Amino acid sequence: MASPLCGWTGRVLHVDLSTGEAAVFHPSPRVYARLLGGRGVAGHYLRAHCTLDWDDPDLPLCFFTGPLTGTAAPASSRGVLLTRSPLTSAVSDCSVGGGLAVRLKRAGWDGLIVTGKSDVPCGIEIADDDVRVVETGLWGETTDAVFDRLSGPGTSVAAVGPAAENGSPLASVVVDRFHAALRGGPGLAWAARRLKYVSVRGTGAVRVRDEGALAAACEAIRRLAAASPVLMGRHGFASRGTGALYDLMDSRRMMPTDNFRATRFSAAPRLNAEAYRRAYRPEPFGCEGCHIRCKLRAADGRAIPDYDAMAHFSALIGNDDPELVMSATALCGRLGLDPISAASAMACRRELTGEPCDGRTVPLALHDMAHGGPLSGGSLDFAESCDRPELSMSVKGLDLPAYDPRGAYGMALAFAVNTRGGCHQHANPLSHEVLRKPVATDRFTFSGKARILKIAEDQNAAADSLGVCRLIFLAAGLEEYARAYTAVTGLEASGGELQALGERICYQERIMNSLNGFGDCEDDLPPRFFSEPGASGGGVEMPPLDREAFLAARARYYRVRGLDESGRPTPETAGRLDLELEP
Amino acid sequence: MKDLCAKYARKLEEQGVCAPGEPLVGGLDDVLVWNREDPRTAELARLFDRLSINSLVFARPAEPYTSIIDFLAARNPEAIRPEDTETRTFLHDIPVCREFSAEALAGPLARRKSVIIPGHGVIAPGTVSPEQGFVFFSSTLFSCFVLFFSDYLAALRRGAVDDEFRRVFERVAAGLPSLRTEPPDLADGPFADEDAVVAAMAEAGRAVVGYGLVDSFFGNISCRAGDVVHISQTGSSLDELEGCIDPCPLDGSTTHGLTASSELSAHEGVYRSADVACILHGHPRFSVILSMDCARADCPNRGRCHVACAECRTVEGVPVVPGEVGTGPTGLCNTLPPAVAASGVAVVHGHGVFASGRRDFNEPFSRLLGFENRCRELYFERVADLSR
Ligand code: SF4
Ligand SMILES: [Zn+2]
Repeated sequence: MASPLCGWTGRVLHVDLSTGEAAVFHPSPRVYARLLGGRGVAGHYLRAHCTLDWDDPDLPLCFFTGPLTGTAAPASSRGVLLTRSPLTSAVSDCSVGGGLAVRLKRAGWDGLIVTGKSDVPCGIEIADDDVRVVETGLWGETTDAVFDRLSGPGTSVAAVGPAAENGSPLASVVVDRFHAALRGGPGLAWAARRLKYVSVRGTGAVRVRDEGALAAACEAIRRLAAASPVLMGRHGFASRGTGALYDLMDSRRMMPTDNFRATRFSAAPRLNAEAYRRAYRPEPFGCEGCHIRCKLRAADGRAIPDYDAMAHFSALIGNDDPELVMSATALCGRLGLDPISAASAMACRRELTGEPCDGRTVPLALHDMAHGGPLSGGSLDFAESCDRPELSMSVKGLDLPAYDPRGAYGMALAFAVNTRGGCHQHANPLSHEVLRKPVATDRFTFSGKARILKIAEDQNAAADSLGVCRLIFLAAGLEEYARAYTAVTGLEASGGELQALGERICYQERIMNSLNGFGDCEDDLPPRFFSEPGASGGGVEMPPLDREAFLAARARYYRVRGLDESGRPTPETAGRLDLELEP
Repeated sequence: MKDLCAKYARKLEEQGVCAPGEPLVGGLDDVLVWNREDPRTAELARLFDRLSINSLVFARPAEPYTSIIDFLAARNPEAIRPEDTETRTFLHDIPVCREFSAEALAGPLARRKSVIIPGHGVIAPGTVSPEQGFVFFSSTLFSCFVLFFSDYLAALRRGAVDDEFRRVFERVAAGLPSLRTEPPDLADGPFADEDAVVAAMAEAGRAVVGYGLVDSFFGNISCRAGDVVHISQTGSSLDELEGCIDPCPLDGSTTHGLTASSELSAHEGVYRSADVACILHGHPRFSVILSMDCARADCPNRGRCHVACAECRTVEGVPVVPGEVGTGPTGLCNTLPPAVAASGVAVVHGHGVFASGRRDFNEPFSRLLGFENRCRELYFERVADLSR
């Protein structure tokens, strides 16, 4: 029977790995109306169980698409993987590209919830309504072996590698070979249930209420994307990949170098996006149906690393060989490791022990990490074992991406308060502090940043819940996506209304973290940033962050977000947002 | 935050679009601040409770803008839909709200970047800086100006001008500032070094804004020195270019152009195909208006002229090319370079003028100014012809 809904399928698949059984349920329209889909609805299903340990079989592993996923709306191929992080214990959302979310939607599912634990290594195979939990002989194999075996036209595959199987909280879930849920160790959460892979085939179509209106909305969004130098310009992501940021970050003196001891890397000009272009002659590719195509694949089939991996496998660890950056990133993919955290762990060890990171030690260290070696617990675990936890450049245990917070104060605040830990993506202050979108802000001040951050976090939460890539918000806004949402679903909504749903989605995550003991102590940066300067020069001063100013900005953020002085949710705000505070 | 509010209030006054002391600019981090005291801030403050914004600009524009927007709002009770590129790309349309209250304004402001309140003024919020409100306020006035004059010409062609329209038009036309025909004396090229390049660009940028050939936020400027194109950054204010110029090697060996103007590809295209040293791009109003004035009422591409026009149109010998902002198959990066290379100046349909020079900015500035002045005369000649 045809679903009366458009955009959503109205069906969620629940797979219990303990019994091997699949069940269908139909979220009430109120769930969608309050939380859209993607990150919002995934959070809703995590909420009731959110105080369970990350490896408790009753804790759901959620993967949700949004109402725009798989439609003609630009960059709408995304889904969100969400559970508690084995690395940080915080709620951890990963926006996932490739074709996984689109295929799940086409198979007729808004989301997949996995609970239970299998006795034997298994995979979940979804082909439209046909859902099976199958025993697998692929346990122990690298992810590329899984893709070699299971990928094919029309099939998307998500898989974990040896890192996950051997218990590393740096383990990613790799999707369609070149994409991933990277951060916070979601791979370990899968492997703990003995889940090796999920494969999805979907042959249906996403129902759209008004194709004509959607086409008009798409045209407005594409026009803005075309006007964006960062996305579509000659030096932008579409032609150079996100590695295009490499030159810029170094020239802005924001390149994390030597485990954040410095902020400029002398070898940077030899490792920029152009260097990879010349050496590897790559071709662009992207997530299913995306016209931006921000990724690059070399002629030899390997992906050119995204900016964060490109920077961390070079400047952060003191390596000036692009081929080592390429091979280390590819190895992370095969082993199922988060390259950001893997490089950070090596950089931390290098600072603590002096052990160099070169063509011999890096592959060894990565294999070690994936097989229970001393770095497999990540930088914080390693630094703690040396009684120097302050040398882990992480927030809540999640290693920082490749933007030095001394060079962008909104970034500093964004790292600190992000619910999933050291990550900029919820607020992406890079947009205005460096990339000048929607307009430029002064990157060396905390003034105004609290509210800017809160607004951006809400916007991106809405994007994650619509099924849209955050990158396109460097050009378009919820104003334009609201039109697409209305065209697809038939439901009227303004950009402001979607933004308000984003606020609820963010607060829901704050509540879950708070129930697990997170507060202001965890919303903080490594002490290095408050005591050591960055690399001043070229007319730019990079002093250490002013601790008082940082704390004042964080206090303002708490007020703007409707939290108490310790960063904890309040009954008033929860009530206003129609959320429950109690477990 | 208070400094930023004061800065953008001052810029609106300096651009002559608001009377001195008129603009209200508010900014909020955790405490709301205004550039000045005013009883209306109490009502405006309530918008910050209802919208995810951190700033807003509200002002009654100076003449002739007030007459223009009040007239357009009376004829378009829901929303005004200008067809220039600034509107098409960024504003989409400009809602009209008849009530100056937070309740009434919150709805349209949740959907769009600026709202017209007839009899009161224009309001434009921002999410990261009062600069956004400033930009969209200015852009709203620009778009309404272009629409008003375009509509009048189109109505004349259709024989559909009524008395009120004529009265308002005559009043607005009479209030236009007098023509400035003397170009400024800009630095002589060729420029000795990078510092001289940057200084010359900053000087030219201030002149383009000062002569009213562009609102400061739009437009762009570049200068070629050897194999490097120095170009204004995306969204930079042409009257404040110091520190906002990116060096972009023509061979693409660095990606500093990531923050460069969205028209970098078009500028590079011109430098590749012509021996020129400088390019100026502005949005002079009458050039934009005439670029859209086409007598072919039966053209199959009507409504899509900005991308689909296949005629070799010119205004006073200056080529008019279609093309959207930036890159992409219908981007002006494809259509503009050959036109500028051939003529030294070209106008993009509904958008603005690009002019090049071989030595320094004096030549493109004169071309830009001369063309705009000629377009203004031509506009009124057409009006006079059609009114007979
Ligand atoms: S912009 Fe890049 S990451 Fe985002 S959907 Fe497109 S290809 Fe994927
Ligand atoms: Zn322009």
